[in-house]
Amino acid sequence: MELLPVLWNEWVFFKRRFWQITSAALIGPVLYMIAFGWGMGRGVQVEGQPYMAFLIPGIIALTTMNSSYNAVAVQLNIHRLYDRSFQEYIIAPVRVISITAGKILAGALRGMYAGTVILLISLLFGSMVRVNVWFILIMFLNSLVFSALGFYAALVVQSHTDMNRFGTFILTPMVFLCGTFFSPDSIPGAIRYIIYILPLTHTSQGLRGISTGGGVNWIHIVVPAIYFLGLFLLGLRQCCRVEA
Amino acid sequence: MNNVIELRNVVKKFGDTAAVDGIDLSVAKGDFFGLLGPNGAGKTTMFRMMTTLLKPDEGRINMNGFDMNRNRREIKKTMGMVSQHISLQSDMTAEENLELHGMLHKMDRKRRKQRIEELLEFSGLSEHRKKLAGHMSGGMKRRLMIVRALMHEPSVLFMDEPTVGLDPSGRRSIWDILKNLNRQGLTVLLTTHYIEEAEVLCNTVALMDHGKIIAQGNPEKLKQHVGAYVLETFKEGKTRYGFFPSEEEALSRAREIGGELVVRRSNLEDLFLKLTNHGVGG
Repeated sequence: MELLPVLWNEWVFFKRRFWQITSAALIGPVLYMIAFGWGMGRGVQVEGQPYMAFLIPGIIALTTMNSSYNAVAVQLNIHRLYDRSFQEYIIAPVRVISITAGKILAGALRGMYAGTVILLISLLFGSMVRVNVWFILIMFLNSLVFSALGFYAALVVQSHTDMNRFGTFILTPMVFLCGTFFSPDSIPGAIRYIIYILPLTHTSQGLRGISTGGGVNWIHIVVPAIYFLGLFLLGLRQCCRVEA
Repeated sequence: MNNVIELRNVVKKFGDTAAVDGIDLSVAKGDFFGLLGPNGAGKTTMFRMMTTLLKPDEGRINMNGFDMNRNRREIKKTMGMVSQHISLQSDMTAEENLELHGMLHKMDRKRRKQRIEELLEFSGLSEHRKKLAGHMSGGMKRRLMIVRALMHEPSVLFMDEPTVGLDPSGRRSIWDILKNLNRQGLTVLLTTHYIEEAEVLCNTVALMDHGKIIAQGNPEKLKQHVGAYVLETFKEGKTRYGFFPSEEEALSRAREIGGELVVRRSNLEDLFLKLTNHGVGG
Protein backbone atom coordinates (compact mmCIF):
# COMPACT_ATOMS: atom_id res chain seq x y z
CA MET A 1 0.00 0.00 0.00
CA GLU A 2 1.96 2.97 -1.31
CA LEU A 3 -0.67 5.37 0.07
CA LEU A 4 0.17 4.52 3.68
CA PRO A 5 3.37 6.56 4.08
CA VAL A 6 1.61 9.60 2.61
CA LEU A 7 -1.34 9.22 4.98
CA TRP A 8 0.95 8.51 7.95
CA ASN A 9 2.90 11.69 7.17
CA GLU A 10 -0.32 13.72 7.25
CA TRP A 11 -1.52 11.94 10.41
CA VAL A 12 1.69 12.85 12.28
CA PHE A 13 1.21 16.47 11.25
CA PHE A 14 -2.47 16.40 12.25
CA LYS A 15 -1.71 14.97 15.72
CA ARG A 16 1.06 17.49 16.32
CA ARG A 17 -1.07 20.46 15.23
CA PHE A 18 -4.44 19.19 16.41
CA TRP A 19 -5.56 22.29 18.29
CA GLN A 20 -4.29 24.76 15.71
CA ILE A 21 -5.96 22.79 12.90
CA THR A 22 -9.22 22.44 14.79
CA SER A 23 -9.47 26.06 15.89
CA ALA A 24 -8.50 27.36 12.42
CA ALA A 25 -11.19 25.18 10.84
CA LEU A 26 -13.88 26.35 13.27
CA ILE A 27 -13.40 30.07 13.62
CA GLY A 28 -14.80 31.15 10.23
CA PRO A 29 -17.84 28.83 10.10
CA VAL A 30 -18.81 29.53 13.72
CA LEU A 31 -18.64 33.28 13.09
CA TYR A 32 -20.83 32.82 9.99
CA MET A 33 -23.38 30.92 12.08
CA ILE A 34 -23.40 33.58 14.77
CA ALA A 35 -23.46 36.59 12.42
CA PHE A 36 -25.74 35.31 9.66
CA GLY A 37 -27.70 32.61 11.51
CA TRP A 38 -28.30 34.13 14.92
CA GLY A 39 -27.73 37.79 14.12
CA MET A 40 -29.21 38.67 10.75
CA GLY A 41 -31.28 35.52 10.18
CA ARG A 42 -33.21 35.27 13.46
CA GLY A 43 -36.92 34.96 12.65
CA VAL A 44 -36.25 34.88 8.91
CA GLN A 45 -37.75 32.10 6.77
CA VAL A 46 -36.07 30.97 3.54
CA GLU A 47 -37.69 28.43 1.19
CA GLY A 48 -40.23 27.71 3.92
CA GLN A 49 -37.73 26.92 6.67
CA PRO A 50 -35.87 28.83 9.41
CA TYR A 51 -32.80 30.57 8.03
CA MET A 52 -30.48 28.60 10.37
CA ALA A 53 -31.72 25.31 8.86
CA PHE A 54 -31.09 26.77 5.40
CA LEU A 55 -27.66 28.04 6.40
CA ILE A 56 -26.09 24.99 8.09
CA PRO A 57 -25.73 22.80 4.92
CA GLY A 58 -24.10 25.77 3.17
CA ILE A 59 -21.69 26.26 6.07
CA ILE A 60 -20.78 22.56 6.01
CA ALA A 61 -20.16 22.77 2.26
CA LEU A 62 -17.83 25.77 2.57
CA THR A 63 -16.08 24.27 5.62
CA THR A 64 -15.23 21.04 3.81
CA MET A 65 -14.11 23.12 0.84
CA ASN A 66 -11.81 25.44 2.79
CA SER A 67 -10.37 22.79 5.09
CA SER A 68 -9.56 20.23 2.42
CA TYR A 69 -8.15 22.85 0.04
CA ASN A 70 -5.95 24.47 2.70
CA ALA A 71 -4.82 21.13 4.14
CA VAL A 72 -3.23 20.22 0.83
CA ALA A 73 -2.44 23.53 -0.85
CA VAL A 74 -0.72 25.32 2.01
CA GLN A 75 1.22 22.30 3.28
CA LEU A 76 2.32 21.06 -0.12
CA ASN A 77 3.31 24.51 -1.31
CA ILE A 78 5.52 24.88 1.78
CA HIS A 79 6.94 21.37 1.34
CA ARG A 80 7.70 22.00 -2.30
CA LEU A 81 9.06 25.55 -2.21
CA TYR A 82 10.18 26.28 1.36
CA ASP A 83 11.45 23.20 3.20
CA ARG A 84 11.70 21.22 -0.08
CA SER A 85 10.69 18.02 1.68
CA PHE A 86 8.37 17.08 -1.20
CA GLN A 87 11.55 15.94 -2.94
CA GLU A 88 11.59 13.01 -0.48
CA TYR A 89 8.49 11.66 -2.25
CA ILE A 90 9.81 12.36 -5.72
CA ILE A 91 13.04 10.40 -5.25
CA ALA A 92 11.31 7.49 -3.50
CA PRO A 93 10.39 4.36 -5.50
CA VAL A 94 6.71 5.22 -5.22
CA ARG A 95 4.35 5.67 -8.16
CA VAL A 96 3.26 9.23 -8.89
CA ILE A 97 -0.38 8.14 -8.81
CA SER A 98 0.10 6.93 -5.22
CA ILE A 99 1.58 10.26 -4.16
CA THR A 100 -1.27 12.12 -5.87
CA ALA A 101 -4.00 9.87 -4.45
CA GLY A 102 -2.45 9.85 -0.96
CA LYS A 103 -2.13 13.62 -0.69
CA ILE A 104 -5.63 14.22 -2.06
CA LEU A 105 -7.19 11.59 0.22
CA ALA A 106 -5.39 13.01 3.26
CA GLY A 107 -6.68 16.50 2.42
CA ALA A 108 -10.21 15.17 1.93
CA LEU A 109 -10.11 13.48 5.35
CA ARG A 110 -9.10 16.79 6.91
CA GLY A 111 -12.11 18.37 5.16
CA MET A 112 -14.36 15.63 6.53
CA TYR A 113 -12.99 16.17 10.02
CA ALA A 114 -13.74 19.91 9.91
CA GLY A 115 -17.18 19.32 8.35
CA THR A 116 -18.08 16.79 11.03
CA VAL A 117 -17.05 19.14 13.84
CA ILE A 118 -19.20 21.91 12.33
CA LEU A 119 -22.08 19.46 12.02
CA LEU A 120 -21.79 18.72 15.75
CA ILE A 121 -21.48 22.39 16.66
CA SER A 122 -24.56 23.20 14.61
CA LEU A 123 -26.53 21.15 17.15
CA LEU A 124 -25.62 23.82 19.71
CA PHE A 125 -27.24 26.37 17.42
CA GLY A 126 -30.47 24.40 17.59
CA SER A 127 -30.22 23.00 14.10
CA MET A 128 -31.54 19.50 13.41
CA VAL A 129 -29.78 18.56 10.18
CA ARG A 130 -30.83 15.22 8.73
CA VAL A 131 -27.71 13.21 7.94
CA ASN A 132 -27.64 9.99 5.94
CA VAL A 133 -25.14 8.10 3.79
CA TRP A 134 -25.77 10.38 0.81
CA PHE A 135 -25.15 13.45 2.95
CA ILE A 136 -21.78 11.98 4.03
CA LEU A 137 -20.98 11.00 0.43
CA ILE A 138 -21.61 14.54 -0.88
CA MET A 139 -19.49 16.00 1.93
CA PHE A 140 -16.68 13.59 1.05
CA LEU A 141 -16.97 14.26 -2.67
CA ASN A 142 -16.76 18.00 -2.02
CA SER A 143 -13.68 17.42 0.14
CA LEU A 144 -12.08 15.37 -2.65
CA VAL A 145 -12.83 18.07 -5.26
CA PHE A 146 -11.16 20.86 -3.29
CA SER A 147 -8.35 18.70 -2.00
CA ALA A 148 -7.55 17.83 -5.64
CA LEU A 149 -7.76 21.53 -6.54
CA GLY A 150 -5.34 22.32 -3.68
CA PHE A 151 -2.94 19.61 -4.86
CA TYR A 152 -2.93 20.92 -8.42
CA ALA A 153 -2.58 24.56 -7.31
CA ALA A 154 0.31 23.78 -4.94
CA LEU A 155 2.26 22.11 -7.75
CA VAL A 156 1.59 24.85 -10.30
CA VAL A 157 1.94 28.01 -8.22
CA GLN A 158 5.53 29.21 -7.83
CA SER A 159 5.39 31.30 -4.63
CA HIS A 160 3.55 31.47 -1.31
CA THR A 161 2.14 34.90 -2.25
CA ASP A 162 0.63 33.54 -5.45
CA MET A 163 -0.77 30.61 -3.46
CA ASN A 164 -2.71 33.08 -1.29
CA ARG A 165 -3.93 34.92 -4.39
CA PHE A 166 -5.13 31.65 -5.90
CA GLY A 167 -7.29 31.04 -2.83
CA THR A 168 -8.59 34.59 -2.84
CA PHE A 169 -9.64 34.58 -6.48
CA ILE A 170 -10.98 31.03 -6.75
CA LEU A 171 -12.36 30.10 -3.33
CA THR A 172 -13.62 33.37 -1.85
CA PRO A 173 -16.24 34.02 -4.58
CA MET A 174 -17.53 30.48 -4.15
CA VAL A 175 -17.83 30.94 -0.37
CA PHE A 176 -20.36 33.72 -0.87
CA LEU A 177 -22.07 32.93 -4.16
CA CYS A 178 -22.54 29.18 -4.39
CA GLY A 179 -25.78 28.79 -2.48
CA THR A 180 -24.13 28.87 0.91
CA PHE A 181 -25.84 31.94 2.44
CA PHE A 182 -28.68 32.46 -0.03
CA SER A 183 -30.26 30.69 -2.97
CA PRO A 184 -28.49 31.26 -6.31
CA ASP A 185 -31.97 31.57 -7.90
CA SER A 186 -32.08 35.14 -6.60
CA ILE A 187 -29.02 36.10 -8.69
CA PRO A 188 -29.89 37.57 -12.10
CA GLY A 189 -28.94 36.49 -15.62
CA ALA A 190 -25.72 34.93 -16.80
CA ILE A 191 -24.06 35.04 -13.38
CA ARG A 192 -26.63 32.56 -12.10
CA TYR A 193 -25.73 30.08 -14.85
CA ILE A 194 -22.03 30.42 -14.06
CA ILE A 195 -22.77 29.79 -10.39
CA TYR A 196 -24.68 26.63 -11.29
CA ILE A 197 -21.60 25.29 -13.06
CA LEU A 198 -19.44 25.61 -9.93
CA PRO A 199 -19.00 22.51 -7.74
CA LEU A 200 -19.73 24.18 -4.39
CA THR A 201 -23.23 25.15 -5.59
CA HIS A 202 -24.03 21.47 -6.13
CA THR A 203 -22.62 20.52 -2.74
CA SER A 204 -24.63 23.24 -0.95
CA GLN A 205 -27.83 22.31 -2.74
CA GLY A 206 -27.24 18.58 -2.46
CA LEU A 207 -26.64 18.77 1.29
CA ARG A 208 -29.57 21.13 1.77
CA GLY A 209 -31.90 18.86 -0.19
CA ILE A 210 -31.06 15.85 1.99
CA SER A 211 -31.02 17.90 5.19
CA THR A 212 -34.57 19.14 4.61
CA GLY A 213 -35.88 15.72 3.64
CA GLY A 214 -35.99 16.39 -0.09
CA GLY A 215 -33.92 13.35 -1.08
CA VAL A 216 -30.95 13.00 -3.40
CA ASN A 217 -30.68 14.83 -6.71
CA TRP A 218 -28.10 12.94 -8.78
CA ILE A 219 -26.87 16.04 -10.57
CA HIS A 220 -25.40 17.18 -7.24
CA ILE A 221 -23.28 14.02 -7.15
CA VAL A 222 -22.40 13.78 -10.83
CA VAL A 223 -21.13 17.36 -11.24
CA PRO A 224 -18.69 17.26 -8.27
CA ALA A 225 -17.58 13.76 -9.37
CA ILE A 226 -16.69 15.13 -12.83
CA TYR A 227 -14.79 18.01 -11.23
CA PHE A 228 -12.91 15.58 -9.00
CA LEU A 229 -11.92 13.36 -11.89
CA GLY A 230 -10.70 16.31 -13.97
CA LEU A 231 -8.73 17.88 -11.12
CA PHE A 232 -7.24 14.52 -10.12
CA LEU A 233 -5.94 14.00 -13.66
CA LEU A 234 -4.58 17.55 -13.82
CA GLY A 235 -2.81 17.02 -10.47
CA LEU A 236 -1.42 13.69 -11.62
CA ARG A 237 -0.06 15.22 -14.82
CA GLN A 238 1.52 18.09 -12.89
CA CYS A 239 3.08 15.69 -10.39
CA CYS A 240 4.60 13.69 -13.28
CA ARG A 241 6.10 16.95 -14.57
CA VAL A 242 7.55 17.76 -11.14
CA GLU A 243 9.04 14.26 -10.99
CA ALA A 244 10.70 14.61 -14.38
CA MET B 1 33.90 -4.04 -15.55
CA ASN B 2 32.79 -2.97 -12.09
CA ASN B 3 31.19 0.41 -12.70
CA VAL B 4 28.21 1.45 -10.61
CA ILE B 5 27.40 4.54 -12.67
CA GLU B 6 27.91 5.01 -16.38
CA LEU B 7 27.03 8.05 -18.48
CA ARG B 8 27.38 8.00 -22.24
CA ASN B 9 27.22 11.17 -24.33
CA VAL B 10 24.75 12.83 -21.94
CA VAL B 11 23.37 16.20 -23.03
CA LYS B 12 20.99 18.54 -21.21
CA LYS B 13 20.00 21.88 -22.69
CA PHE B 14 18.05 24.77 -21.20
CA GLY B 15 16.94 26.82 -24.19
CA ASP B 16 19.97 27.15 -26.43
CA THR B 17 22.44 26.68 -23.58
CA ALA B 18 23.92 23.22 -23.03
CA ALA B 19 24.25 22.89 -19.24
CA VAL B 20 25.71 19.42 -19.79
CA ASP B 21 27.36 18.92 -23.14
CA GLY B 22 28.07 15.35 -24.25
CA ILE B 23 29.51 13.90 -21.06
CA ASP B 24 30.95 10.39 -20.68
CA LEU B 25 31.61 9.31 -17.12
CA SER B 26 32.18 6.09 -15.18
CA VAL B 27 32.20 5.64 -11.43
CA ALA B 28 33.67 2.40 -10.05
CA LYS B 29 32.14 0.44 -7.19
CA GLY B 30 33.43 1.65 -3.82
CA ASP B 31 34.85 4.84 -5.31
CA PHE B 32 34.64 8.24 -3.63
CA PHE B 33 34.02 10.41 -6.66
CA GLY B 34 34.05 14.20 -6.67
CA LEU B 35 32.50 16.40 -9.34
CA LEU B 36 34.18 19.79 -9.17
CA GLY B 37 33.66 23.04 -10.96
CA PRO B 38 32.67 26.66 -10.59
CA ASN B 39 29.06 27.80 -10.21
CA GLY B 40 27.27 27.22 -13.51
CA ALA B 41 29.69 24.49 -14.66
CA GLY B 42 26.83 21.97 -14.88
CA LYS B 43 27.47 19.99 -11.67
CA THR B 44 23.98 20.33 -10.24
CA THR B 45 22.37 19.51 -13.60
CA MET B 46 24.53 16.36 -13.77
CA PHE B 47 23.56 15.56 -10.18
CA ARG B 48 19.86 15.99 -10.89
CA MET B 49 20.06 13.74 -13.95
CA MET B 50 21.95 11.01 -12.10
CA THR B 51 19.40 11.09 -9.27
CA THR B 52 16.39 10.76 -11.64
CA LEU B 53 15.19 14.32 -10.99
CA LEU B 54 15.88 15.48 -14.54
CA LYS B 55 15.73 13.64 -17.84
CA PRO B 56 18.67 14.03 -20.23
CA ASP B 57 17.89 15.32 -23.72
CA GLU B 58 20.38 12.90 -25.25
CA GLY B 59 22.59 10.01 -24.17
CA ARG B 60 22.21 7.19 -21.66
CA ILE B 61 22.61 6.91 -17.92
CA ASN B 62 23.04 3.49 -16.33
CA MET B 63 23.15 2.75 -12.63
CA ASN B 64 23.78 -0.67 -11.13
CA GLY B 65 22.92 -2.11 -14.55
CA PHE B 66 19.58 -0.30 -14.82
CA ASP B 67 18.80 2.12 -17.64
CA MET B 68 17.58 5.46 -16.29
CA ASN B 69 14.97 5.84 -19.05
CA ARG B 70 13.39 2.44 -18.40
CA ASN B 71 14.01 1.56 -14.76
CA ARG B 72 13.73 4.73 -12.74
CA ARG B 73 12.00 3.00 -9.84
CA GLU B 74 14.69 0.30 -9.65
CA ILE B 75 17.38 2.99 -9.68
CA LYS B 76 15.59 4.89 -6.91
CA LYS B 77 15.70 1.76 -4.76
CA THR B 78 19.47 1.47 -5.03
CA MET B 79 20.51 5.10 -4.54
CA GLY B 80 20.49 7.55 -1.68
CA MET B 81 20.43 11.28 -2.26
CA VAL B 82 21.37 14.29 -0.15
CA SER B 83 20.51 17.57 -1.81
CA GLN B 84 22.31 20.88 -1.42
CA HIS B 85 19.29 22.43 0.31
CA ILE B 86 17.91 21.18 3.60
CA SER B 87 14.92 19.06 2.63
CA LEU B 88 13.65 17.65 5.91
CA GLN B 89 10.06 17.71 7.13
CA SER B 90 10.49 20.48 9.67
CA ASP B 91 7.32 19.46 11.57
CA MET B 92 8.60 15.93 12.11
CA THR B 93 11.16 14.67 14.61
CA ALA B 94 14.48 13.10 13.61
CA GLU B 95 13.12 9.57 13.98
CA GLU B 96 9.85 10.42 12.19
CA ASN B 97 11.82 11.73 9.20
CA LEU B 98 13.71 8.42 9.10
CA GLU B 99 10.51 6.43 9.60
CA LEU B 100 8.83 8.17 6.65
CA HIS B 101 11.80 7.44 4.42
CA GLY B 102 11.73 3.77 5.45
CA MET B 103 8.00 3.55 4.74
CA LEU B 104 8.42 5.18 1.33
CA HIS B 105 11.06 2.52 0.55
CA LYS B 106 8.71 -0.26 1.71
CA MET B 107 10.92 -1.45 4.56
CA ASP B 108 9.09 -3.61 7.08
CA ARG B 109 8.39 -2.22 10.55
CA LYS B 110 10.99 -4.34 12.38
CA ARG B 111 13.77 -3.45 9.96
CA ARG B 112 12.81 0.24 10.09
CA LYS B 113 13.04 0.29 13.86
CA GLN B 114 16.40 -1.48 13.84
CA ARG B 115 17.81 0.76 11.13
CA ILE B 116 16.64 3.96 12.84
CA GLU B 117 18.51 2.93 16.02
CA GLU B 118 21.69 2.13 14.03
CA LEU B 119 21.63 5.38 12.09
CA LEU B 120 20.80 7.68 15.01
CA GLU B 121 23.70 6.08 16.89
CA PHE B 122 26.02 6.37 13.89
CA SER B 123 25.21 10.04 13.35
CA GLY B 124 25.34 10.98 17.04
CA LEU B 125 21.68 12.04 16.96
CA SER B 126 20.31 9.46 19.41
CA GLU B 127 19.75 12.07 22.10
CA HIS B 128 17.93 14.30 19.62
CA ARG B 129 15.60 11.66 18.21
CA LYS B 130 12.50 13.46 19.49
CA LYS B 131 13.64 16.89 18.37
CA LEU B 132 11.74 18.48 15.50
CA ALA B 133 13.93 18.81 12.42
CA GLY B 134 12.94 22.48 12.21
CA HIS B 135 14.51 23.08 15.63
CA MET B 136 17.89 21.47 14.82
CA SER B 137 21.19 23.22 14.08
CA GLY B 138 22.52 23.28 10.50
CA GLY B 139 25.07 20.54 11.25
CA MET B 140 22.47 18.26 12.85
CA LYS B 141 20.13 18.73 9.91
CA ARG B 142 22.92 17.75 7.50
CA ARG B 143 23.75 14.65 9.52
CA LEU B 144 20.08 13.72 9.63
CA MET B 145 19.78 14.16 5.86
CA ILE B 146 22.78 11.90 5.30
CA VAL B 147 21.50 9.09 7.50
CA ARG B 148 18.02 9.47 6.05
CA ALA B 149 19.49 8.83 2.60
CA LEU B 150 21.15 5.68 4.03
CA MET B 151 17.99 4.37 5.68
CA HIS B 152 17.15 1.89 2.89
CA GLU B 153 20.80 0.74 2.55
CA PRO B 154 21.56 2.12 -0.92
CA SER B 155 24.64 1.05 -2.83
CA VAL B 156 25.37 4.57 -4.10
CA LEU B 157 25.13 7.83 -2.18
CA PHE B 158 24.78 11.08 -4.13
CA MET B 159 25.57 14.31 -2.32
CA ASP B 160 25.21 17.79 -3.75
CA GLU B 161 27.46 20.27 -1.91
CA PRO B 162 27.14 18.32 1.36
CA THR B 163 28.86 20.82 3.65
CA VAL B 164 27.71 24.11 2.19
CA GLY B 165 26.87 26.62 4.94
CA LEU B 166 28.50 24.60 7.75
CA ASP B 167 31.17 25.86 10.15
CA PRO B 168 34.62 24.15 10.10
CA SER B 169 33.78 21.76 12.94
CA GLY B 170 30.44 20.79 11.38
CA ARG B 171 32.18 20.26 8.05
CA ARG B 172 34.79 17.97 9.56
CA SER B 173 32.16 15.95 11.38
CA ILE B 174 30.39 15.36 8.02
CA TRP B 175 33.71 14.40 6.43
CA ASP B 176 34.27 11.75 9.12
CA ILE B 177 30.82 10.30 8.51
CA LEU B 178 31.44 10.15 4.76
CA LYS B 179 34.91 8.62 5.11
CA ASN B 180 33.51 5.92 7.38
CA LEU B 181 30.72 5.14 4.95
CA ASN B 182 33.11 4.88 2.03
CA ARG B 183 35.42 2.58 4.01
CA GLN B 184 32.42 0.34 4.65
CA GLY B 185 32.13 -0.07 0.86
CA LEU B 186 29.55 2.56 -0.07
CA THR B 187 30.10 4.27 -3.42
CA VAL B 188 29.87 8.04 -2.90
CA LEU B 189 29.51 10.72 -5.55
CA LEU B 190 29.60 14.31 -4.41
CA THR B 191 29.57 17.66 -6.09
CA THR B 192 31.49 20.44 -4.40
CA HIS B 193 33.23 23.67 -5.08
CA TYR B 194 35.33 23.31 -1.92
CA ILE B 195 38.71 22.14 -3.25
CA GLU B 196 39.89 21.06 0.18
CA GLU B 197 36.81 18.86 0.58
CA ALA B 198 37.49 17.06 -2.68
CA GLU B 199 41.17 16.60 -1.82
CA VAL B 200 40.43 15.20 1.64
CA LEU B 201 37.63 12.87 0.59
CA CYS B 202 37.82 11.83 -3.05
CA ASN B 203 40.00 9.21 -4.69
CA THR B 204 38.71 10.22 -8.13
CA VAL B 205 37.67 13.67 -9.29
CA ALA B 206 36.25 15.12 -12.48
CA LEU B 207 36.67 18.83 -13.17
CA MET B 208 33.75 20.41 -15.02
CA ASP B 209 33.56 23.66 -16.90
CA HIS B 210 30.86 24.92 -19.28
CA GLY B 211 29.06 21.58 -19.22
CA LYS B 212 32.10 19.47 -20.12
CA ILE B 213 34.57 17.39 -18.14
CA ILE B 214 37.99 18.95 -18.70
CA ALA B 215 40.06 16.60 -16.51
CA GLN B 216 39.41 13.37 -14.62
CA GLY B 217 41.44 11.04 -12.43
CA ASN B 218 43.16 10.63 -9.08
CA PRO B 219 43.69 14.04 -7.41
CA GLU B 220 47.39 13.39 -6.71
CA LYS B 221 48.08 12.29 -10.27
CA LEU B 222 46.21 15.25 -11.69
CA LYS B 223 48.27 17.60 -9.55
CA GLN B 224 51.47 15.94 -10.78
CA HIS B 225 50.26 16.72 -14.26
CA VAL B 226 50.16 20.45 -13.55
CA GLY B 227 53.30 20.43 -11.37
CA ALA B 228 53.58 19.42 -7.71
CA TYR B 229 54.73 22.88 -6.55
CA VAL B 230 53.48 26.39 -7.23
CA LEU B 231 55.37 29.66 -7.07
CA GLU B 232 52.92 32.50 -6.45
CA THR B 233 54.18 36.00 -7.13
CA PHE B 234 52.25 39.21 -6.56
CA LYS B 235 53.34 42.01 -8.90
CA GLU B 236 51.59 45.10 -10.27
CA GLY B 237 48.37 44.25 -8.41
CA LYS B 238 48.06 40.75 -9.86
CA THR B 239 48.97 37.25 -8.66
CA ARG B 240 50.89 35.08 -11.13
CA TYR B 241 51.42 31.33 -10.83
CA GLY B 242 54.39 29.23 -11.92
CA PHE B 243 54.25 25.40 -11.77
CA PHE B 244 57.29 23.21 -10.99
CA PRO B 245 57.79 19.44 -10.68
CA SER B 246 59.82 19.77 -7.43
CA GLU B 247 60.14 22.08 -4.44
CA GLU B 248 63.85 22.70 -5.20
CA GLU B 249 63.08 24.02 -8.66
CA ALA B 250 60.33 26.28 -7.33
CA LEU B 251 62.62 27.66 -4.59
CA SER B 252 65.46 28.17 -7.04
CA ARG B 253 63.20 30.20 -9.30
CA ALA B 254 61.90 32.12 -6.26
CA ARG B 255 65.45 33.13 -5.31
CA GLU B 256 66.03 34.43 -8.84
CA ILE B 257 62.86 36.56 -8.82
CA GLY B 258 62.81 37.83 -5.21
CA GLY B 259 60.04 40.13 -3.88
CA GLU B 260 56.63 39.16 -2.49
CA LEU B 261 56.17 35.45 -3.21
CA VAL B 262 54.96 32.09 -1.84
CA VAL B 263 56.08 28.54 -2.63
CA ARG B 264 53.51 25.84 -1.82
CA ARG B 265 52.21 22.46 -2.94
CA SER B 266 49.79 22.64 -5.84
CA ASN B 267 46.10 21.82 -5.44
CA LEU B 268 43.17 21.03 -7.70
CA GLU B 269 42.27 24.69 -7.99
CA ASP B 270 45.70 25.33 -9.55
CA LEU B 271 44.98 22.58 -12.04
CA PHE B 272 41.64 24.15 -12.79
CA LEU B 273 43.22 27.58 -13.20
CA LYS B 274 45.81 26.24 -15.58
CA LEU B 275 43.23 24.42 -17.67
CA THR B 276 40.65 27.18 -17.82
CA ASN B 277 42.22 30.47 -16.79
CA HIS B 278 39.50 30.97 -14.14
CA GLY B 279 39.06 29.64 -10.59
CA VAL B 280 36.67 27.06 -9.12
CA GLY B 281 35.05 29.69 -6.93
CA GLY B 282 33.43 30.97 -10.11
